[in-house]
Amino acid sequence: MKEDPGFYDYWPYRDRPKITWPGGARLAFWVAPNIEFYELNPPDNPHRKPWPQANPAVTGYSIRDFGNRVGHVRQMEVLDRYNIRGSISLSTALCDHHPEIIEMCKERNWEFFSHGIYNTRYTYGLSSEQEKAIIRDGMESIYKHTGQKCAGYLAPALSHSEETIDLFAEVGTELFGDEGGIYTCDLFHDDQPTPIHTRSGKRFVSIPYSLEMNDTIAYVVQKIEPRRYGQQLKDCFDRLYEEGATSGTVMCIPTHNYQVSCAHRLKAFEEALEYITGHSDVWVTTGREIAEYYRDNYYDEAVQHIEQRGAA
Amino acid sequence: MAMDRSYLEYSQRSYGMDHDRYDWSMLSDRKPVTWPDGKTLALWVNVNLQFYPLNQQGKPFKVPGGMTMPYPDLRHFSLRDYGNRVGLFRILGALDRFGVKPTLTVNSRLLERTPYLAGLIRERGDEVLGHGSHMDALHYGGQDREQEHQEIASSLESLRQATAQDVKGWLSPVRSESENTPDLLAANGIEYFCDWVNDDMPYEFRTANGSLTAMPLPLEIEDRFVIMNNLHSEVSWAEQVLDSADLLEAEAARQGGRILSLNIHPWLLGQPHRIKHLEGVLENLSARPGVWCASADEIRQCWLSQQA
Repeated sequence: MKEDPGFYDYWPYRDRPKITWPGGARLAFWVAPNIEFYELNPPDNPHRKPWPQANPAVTGYSIRDFGNRVGHVRQMEVLDRYNIRGSISLSTALCDHHPEIIEMCKERNWEFFSHGIYNTRYTYGLSSEQEKAIIRDGMESIYKHTGQKCAGYLAPALSHSEETIDLFAEVGTELFGDEGGIYTCDLFHDDQPTPIHTRSGKRFVSIPYSLEMNDTIAYVVQKIEPRRYGQQLKDCFDRLYEEGATSGTVMCIPTHNYQVSCAHRLKAFEEALEYITGHSDVWVTTGREIAEYYRDNYYDEAVQHIEQRGAA
Repeated sequence: MAMDRSYLEYSQRSYGMDHDRYDWSMLSDRKPVTWPDGKTLALWVNVNLQFYPLNQQGKPFKVPGGMTMPYPDLRHFSLRDYGNRVGLFRILGALDRFGVKPTLTVNSRLLERTPYLAGLIRERGDEVLGHGSHMDALHYGGQDREQEHQEIASSLESLRQATAQDVKGWLSPVRSESENTPDLLAANGIEYFCDWVNDDMPYEFRTANGSLTAMPLPLEIEDRFVIMNNLHSEVSWAEQVLDSADLLEAEAARQGGRILSLNIHPWLLGQPHRIKHLEGVLENLSARPGVWCASADEIRQCWLSQQA
């Protein structure tokens, strides 16, 4: 075990080279719906229990199924209303289980990135080859079912090994060259994209996934009221929008169709989207587009600046 | 370091669900349902009449809402009992005032202990759902099948006798089930149950003994979940309920009838500082022209009649 994962160097927020997003925008805004499949009878993992009680975990399993049966379309209709393309954090087995959902998202040109195969299969206790096989399976599934060369990764249920990010970058290169495996959503150290060290030396970035804006963090961990969640989203936006005038920022709303789309909660989310998209100079985009734009325009300058700062 | 090879095998990875209890179906793809008299939102208020025993065994877990302190936990025992002595009458008063018909989910042990409540239910004639013997009689994964069968059969027999009703509906205590629960419910004359929270409309749920109707009774808008689990105010609970009603009415206008089902507890909303928030919700909902106040089985029968 290490003291620090070593993915990035300390790089203070102030006085960085200025980022300007396409069209002169100061904030890149993206919504990342997690579309997940949890198994009713998942295999045991000695490091983490998939369900808190003996199977069947009726409420835990069934509310997640609600997300796919009922919640997905509700959320999609709201995103359509504000011309937002989702960047889907996908349990890739969902391509097999629920292809109807995949089709709807394909029709809308949404991005698919990998969130593992099932959200009940964890990155714990695996050999390097096993983890690599799981990552490859997920990326190949997305390609097979959508034709997209998977650019991003959010490890299943946020379960990681020390190698997760390296393996993802490497499998991406093996499958798709520089078009695949270029960003991670697993690191929450910044409000701007940052270069990430990988052992392959690939130009690889972290894209802010705004974990505190995640509906599951709000509703399950913080247990807050729907309207307060809506207000937090607006407050987060206001601050990052203001600071984005100095140098472009990123805001993500990570969602779950079984949280945000419950009948008593969707209104708060919709009001926040209306507020955010009602501003000028907001680039409403996807995870991949942010990663590629940053990599192509700011990555080299950032690496150089970080080296100079470290030397100073 | 490595996991067994089976950790990378996915035997259920194919179209539909990873079990055969029900079919995969998106709500937006289904045939629209209509409610009587052109109503669009069915309102089902489900009132829980529960008994939390002082000598709680806590097997295989301590029931949420039950005893938490060393025996004898007089605090939680009497606070729960408050619901059946005091809170219930505030809630029934509010429901009657606004013409909202309740459905009652009842622990059989409660009526064995309180013939007065059994008489009240017979007199009122409100629809009754089975809710197990008491709140410490949990169904759970790995439970002995024969033992579970006996518990379901005896609690339903007692409840049917006390209420003089068939009792065709069921809600498991805290919705906990074993892998056999749906099969055993169907074998004991149950026709619909409300444990699974995967839909906002009824659907067919298969068992070894014929199908049940799974009725939608969302967990996360329950008074217990919002006020006790999330620690939100009663003001917020009322706001969340009305937001929910607004969304479901709007959805109903485009996709067919919807159901707003509220699972509530007299020991919680029946408290003097909370009752006015329930009254406010009932006043608001009962005044909406599109709302149809109905019992669980009335909604189910109407839905069933439209399933080809």
